[in-house]
Amino acid sequence: MNLALYVAQRVSALILAPLVLVHIGLMIYAVNGGLSAGEILGRTQGSIGWALFYSVFVMAAVVHAGIGLRNVLAEWSALPQRAVDILMFVASCALLTAGFRAVYAVTA
Amino acid sequence: MTPTQVSDVSLRLPLAARRRHQGYVAFLLHRISGIALAVFLPLHFLTLGLAIEGADELQSFLDVADNVLAKVFEAGLVFALVVHVMGGLRLMLLEWWHWDQQHAFWLTASLGAGCVVALMFALSIFV
Repeated sequence: MNLALYVAQRVSALILAPLVLVHIGLMIYAVNGGLSAGEILGRTQGSIGWALFYSVFVMAAVVHAGIGLRNVLAEWSALPQRAVDILMFVASCALLTAGFRAVYAVTA
Repeated sequence: MTPTQVSDVSLRLPLAARRRHQGYVAFLLHRISGIALAVFLPLHFLTLGLAIEGADELQSFLDVADNVLAKVFEAGLVFALVVHVMGGLRLMLLEWWHWDQQHAFWLTASLGAGCVVALMFALSIFV
């Protein structure tokens, strides 16, 4: 499992890199343009493109964060490995749900 | 405990000296920035979820966040992101291209510094 997680961590990182770049560029545009929530939502709601973009973003981010935090807990907490695995899996599921809910909120 | 069988002789140093190793500093920066981003992420998702109630809900949050302290926090966030991505790039260089640690460290550190300057320009923040 550790090998699969290692690969998933690297693959999700490669996916995240360009997505994060686009996202930061977008935020710079939105912040500098002084866009209001209404204006932002006006551009994202009903857009399948943005829904897809952020869905992929959420999935990659949750995989990456979950595996990363698993390593942190395994090395820096006193919890046994099995507990760490279960805890991070559950936390990742919760984060994924919150992420998709956010995508829905912004693009539906 | 000092390892007895390692390829890099610097790892046979005592603990305090190992903690001053450039690679350890890079590891710590990567990990701390990662934790910060991981703590921020659920908060970010929940905030965006406010839009379910309509644009006004999200707007009221944006209004509250329109102050200097929030801007400093957001800048710190982007800084953590750059540090973390550069740390990841360093790992890629070490693991896949077998670069020397010091070379990987300085290349990614200078790229990171360049990114920060470019971001400041893009955001019209002039030092």
